[in-house]
Parts: sequence; structure tokens; C-alpha cells
Amino acid sequence: MKDMIKMVVVLTVLSAVSGWMLAGLNGYTKDRIKLQELTFVKGPALKTILSGAENDPISDNFDIEDGETIKTIFVGKFDGKPSAVAFESYGKGFGGDVGVMISIDTNNDTIIGAGVTTHAETPGMGAKAKDDPTFVNSLKGLPIGELKVTQDGGKINAISGATITSRAVCGAVTDASSTYNRLKSQINEKLKNY
Amino acid sequence: MAKSIAQEFTKGLWAEIPPFRLVLGLCPTLAVTKTVQDGIGMGIATTFVLLCSNILVSALKKVIPSKVRIAGYIIIIATFVTVIEMMMKAYTYELFQSLGIFIPLIVVNCIVLGRAEAFASKNGVVASAADGLGIGLGFTMSLGALGAVREILGTGALKGDVFGFVYNIPGIFGDAFQPFGFMVEAPGAFMGLGLMLCMLNLIGKK
Repeated sequence: MKDMIKMVVVLTVLSAVSGWMLAGLNGYTKDRIKLQELTFVKGPALKTILSGAENDPISDNFDIEDGETIKTIFVGKFDGKPSAVAFESYGKGFGGDVGVMISIDTNNDTIIGAGVTTHAETPGMGAKAKDDPTFVNSLKGLPIGELKVTQDGGKINAISGATITSRAVCGAVTDASSTYNRLKSQINEKLKNY
Repeated sequence: MAKSIAQEFTKGLWAEIPPFRLVLGLCPTLAVTKTVQDGIGMGIATTFVLLCSNILVSALKKVIPSKVRIAGYIIIIATFVTVIEMMMKAYTYELFQSLGIFIPLIVVNCIVLGRAEAFASKNGVVASAADGLGIGLGFTMSLGALGAVREILGTGALKGDVFGFVYNIPGIFGDAFQPFGFMVEAPGAFMGLGLMLCMLNLIGKK
């Protein structure tokens, strides 16, 4: 009996101390982690796909509830008007989800640009989707909607040796298109504030 | 104590260098050695966890009842893994991105639990710290070396940023070199590890 109490007490105390320590550290690093995510993951992609914007799209953002998830929408101002929105979408890649930041011109519903944010693709092959802008640049100016690589009967030339990654990027853009169409009225409502 | 503190430290660097000598912790070894940067980053994260968990397990060895010791070790290890995960997210975000899921997976790394059970629970705090640091640095060296072999053969170049130390050596074998693409894939990890294990055994044999 005494043994059992000792076990329970030791494990409880150990867990409690560990939990308390981690909670403290979480509070301390939380803001910095959020900042890091913005600068490293979304920032570089945002800057390229909304290049020429008059505002800072990283700080001009709002959240929209989309079913159970929350989408953060970044706003880009051109000629004094908030005419572009950017948000992140995901496609199934070779090594896991490929995150794609895509910016859409709200005037004519075309793609301004796309950039890979997070991925776990093979260096030198699938990772080219992020490192080499040729592929994502080929998506520029296309109307939003379903995108497919040529292997699947579409019009997008896949990165050679990285069809699955290219397919993931196209899937993410397709997904982003449907999200945009679904949330369009809410987005336009929010854009009036900028 | 038969061995001195210095010996406890240095045995991890050669005589018991993981994963080659202990043949433990092969999962991260195979998974994250695509590049030198990932290998060393993973090694250093593991070293931190090993060092801290060894010290704490050794310090608490009389407090934790032996029946629940494994559960206790897991709590200690999981705490430090979460600490290093948060720190990496906050300060070395790019490295965290490329290591991804393998950082939280340090919890189940056999080396960490193995050292807690086989060494720290039987030895003093200072010896355990030396053991943890030695084994951890050995692990870092191994992952770095395997990462180098795979990166050089797989991409023909070395490029990365290890905690602020930036290096970039393009085209080691000249432009005509066609990289062995498979070396940076999973099969390359098995081949590389197997060959390095073989070489180390040859050297060790005399």
C-alpha cells in the first residue's frame, strides 16, 4: 500500500512539475513562435506573390471561419485599393502535405502568384517547387479553378522528376480556388475595412 | 567507479559511438540524414535531451520507485523534448521545419531511454552528465558524417546553415557529375548506414 501511494505521488508530482514548466515556457516562446512562422513560412512567400503591394500584407490580415478551420487571409493593396487576397492551402505531396500560399486578384478572379511555404519533399527534386520559381511562375495569371498537370490531362507542365509534388501544388491551388469561391462574399465584406 | 568522468565522456565518441556501436536510435539516423545540416541539428537536439534527462534521471534515481521508473523516465524525456521543440520553433525555425516530426519523435529514441535505464539510473549525476554529453556528441558526429556522405553523393554539393555557421560548397565533383538521386532517398539511408557500419567494424577489428 505504502509503495503504491509513493508511486502515485512521485508520478503526479513529476507530471505536475513538468506541466508547469512547459506551460511557462510556452507562454514565454508563444509570441516568438508566431512571429517566426510569419517570417519564415508565410512571409517570404507573401512578399513574392504580392510583390508591388503598397501595404505590408503580413500585418494586414484577418481570419475567416471556414467550417471547422480558420483561414487567415492576407490583404494586398494595389493602386490604393485592397484588390488582392492571399491565403495558404495544402496539397498531398511525396513526403507529406505541401503548403502553397496563393494570391488572387479579386477584380477578375485570376491567380497573381503562388509560392510553396511548407513541404517535406526530396531535396533537389520535389523541393524544386520551392527553390526554383519556374514552376510556380507558370501558374501566374491563370483563372482560378481546377488545375491539373499534363500527366493528368491538364495544362500545367510538371517539374521533371517531381510529378507528385507538382500535382500537390496544383491540388492546393484547386483547393484554394474552391475555398475562395466559398468565402468570396465574406472576403469582400472584410476587404471594405482596408 | 571503475571509469573516470573523462572516460565516460570519451567512450561515446568512439568506443560506444551511437548509432554504429550501440546500434540504437536507427530511426532518426535513417530519416533525417538527408543533409549535414539536418543530421547535426537532430544530433544537437538529441544531445540536449540526453544530457538533461540523464542528469535528472540520475538525480531522482532514489526518489522514483523502480516499478514505475520507465513511466517516470518517459515523463522526464518528453518534457525535455517539448522544451527543445519549442526552443527550436522559436529560435531556429528553418531547422525545425526540415526536421519536422522527428523532433517530437526523440521521445521514443532508444538511445535516450537506453542511457537513462542502462547508465543514469545506476550512476552519479556527474558521470551521467558526461555519459549523456559524450553519447550525444557521438550521435551528432555520426549523423553529420552520414548526412555528409548522402548529401555529397546525392546532390553533388554541400549547403546549409548549422546554428549560424553557413557553408556552401557547390559542384564538388565538377559540372559533369550526375548526382546519385537515390542517396537522398530512403534506400540511400540504408546503404549509407550499412557501408559506414561495415567500415567502422573493419577499422575496429584491427
